Amino acid sequence: MKLKVDIEKRLGDFCLRTAFEAEEGITGLLGASGSGKSMTLKCIAGIERPDRGTIELDGVTLFDSSRGIDLPPQKRHVGYLFQNYALFPNMTVRQNILCGLHHEKDKAVREKQLETMLSTFGLTGLEKHKPAQLSGGQQQRVALARILVTKPQLLLLDEPFSALDSYLRLRLQLEMRETLVSFGGPVLMVTHDRDEAYRMCDRIAVMDNGRTAAPKKTKELFANPETLSAAVLTGCKNRAAARKVGEYEMEVPEWGIHLTTALPLRDNLCGVAIRAHYFQPRSDRNRFPVLFVREMEEPFEWVIQFRIPGQKEQTENLWWRLPKDRRPQKMPEALGIAPENVLPLYPTEDL
Amino acid sequence: MFAYLSTISLYPLWNSLRIAAIAGVLVFFAGILCAYYVARLPRVIKGILDVILTLPMVLPPTVCGYFLLLVFGAKRPLGIFLQQFGIRFVMTWYGGVLSAFVVAFPLMYRTARGAFESFDENLAYSGQTLGLSNTYIFWRIRIPACRQGILAGVVLAFARALGEYGATSMLIGYTPGRTATISTTVYQLWRTNDEMGAFFWVAVNLVISAVVLLAVNLLERRQKKAVKA
Repeated sequence: MKLKVDIEKRLGDFCLRTAFEAEEGITGLLGASGSGKSMTLKCIAGIERPDRGTIELDGVTLFDSSRGIDLPPQKRHVGYLFQNYALFPNMTVRQNILCGLHHEKDKAVREKQLETMLSTFGLTGLEKHKPAQLSGGQQQRVALARILVTKPQLLLLDEPFSALDSYLRLRLQLEMRETLVSFGGPVLMVTHDRDEAYRMCDRIAVMDNGRTAAPKKTKELFANPETLSAAVLTGCKNRAAARKVGEYEMEVPEWGIHLTTALPLRDNLCGVAIRAHYFQPRSDRNRFPVLFVREMEEPFEWVIQFRIPGQKEQTENLWWRLPKDRRPQKMPEALGIAPENVLPLYPTEDL
Repeated sequence: MFAYLSTISLYPLWNSLRIAAIAGVLVFFAGILCAYYVARLPRVIKGILDVILTLPMVLPPTVCGYFLLLVFGAKRPLGIFLQQFGIRFVMTWYGGVLSAFVVAFPLMYRTARGAFESFDENLAYSGQTLGLSNTYIFWRIRIPACRQGILAGVVLAFARALGEYGATSMLIGYTPGRTATISTTVYQLWRTNDEMGAFFWVAVNLVISAVVLLAVNLLERRQKKAVKA
């Protein structure tokens, strides 16, 4: 099972030009709002029509502009979980799920599959309820049951947790991850939330302004984002332009310091990113003096802003986060950073 | 009093009800289909069609009647053509259906369009990805989701059709027992100084309107309960 997408679509000033492949497992499309994530899903489902390109699922062509193929959504076998779940408000839970079974002519089979779904998703007893009477989590389960009962070959999830409060979100993410693993086929999940992407996805493709980078393993992406947009989306707080000055050494003019890396740098290095968690008061690698600006307390961490004495004016303060139990009595006068935590950034076109 | 009432023919009541009912059903289907398809057209064509379809609502009904006579008149090409099939809209009761339809249509069309515009398209999309046919989605998901607006449109259109006077009197005139409707009868009786008769038909009209409004209120309350339960 494999999904291959290579499409282009213009919408006013915005141009979506995306090409990627997704295999079994959960692939995340991580991007800011307006980056074309939902549009990509809609094109794959057949709800929107790309201007040109091809979409292939498991060897079957769903869309090919050059051959004039454009299967209607009804024939694509693609399940789509909408952000607001799109349950039919005039139908009960039972009727909603039966919508996914309308092609099944044998009533006994239909009832049996319905029963299985209801019990799998813990919906037994809610059959006669209307969607408006259900909690957000129940609505999501009904929507998933309604989709999975159609036995789709691909699942598309459009920001599936954004309609829930944060307390429910984590619990449902755990539950959904189990459901998706047992689904077995490829899953494409759109999100703008880096924590959600990290928890849920095996691989992540970063989307920026209509372009998609090739999916990377989640841990690799977070360990080495490589592009500015990936650094921003994976939550790197500290970013600056940088220039290569040695095989393992870069100059960061905005901060007025040189940093060394663990891996050799490429010549087209354009920036550097450092996660707020990775500054170390005791490390003597990449050590530089710091001036404290302000601090803020969070439930389990301290957030500290500081500047480097040689830092250019009008550049942003740097961020340091550290667990409460590791906070030194007196703020250190210098901080260091391990070379493997200095993340080099390269221009997007070169990847 | 009773002696007087027994002399009144109830034909106008029956005629008005059948005209309004038939026109109402036709307007229901035509209105929602037009509302659905016009909303999907390119902007320029949509704008032009929107004006044409809404025009009868703002034109004086007599002007509508004038245009109807211009098209369906006995000596006009279309009128002559239809007469070959025995269809004549001038001076017949079903001509009243035509005039009521034309005048009531924009009310249904506008309200249905408003209702469709607030419809969450994701419902239709999710229906498609579940494999439901577009016809099923339209009648079983879109229409029920928009039923408040559509019901309002039907009631408005039915009431308008029931009370239609201007276009109707021009197209089908007033022939007792053949084309007389409640509203043309009220005018005719008042004109001929039959105040008692005019009052009777006014009262009939009031009762029908009250019943219609009451039915709407009951329906709405039932719906609200169904949503809550």
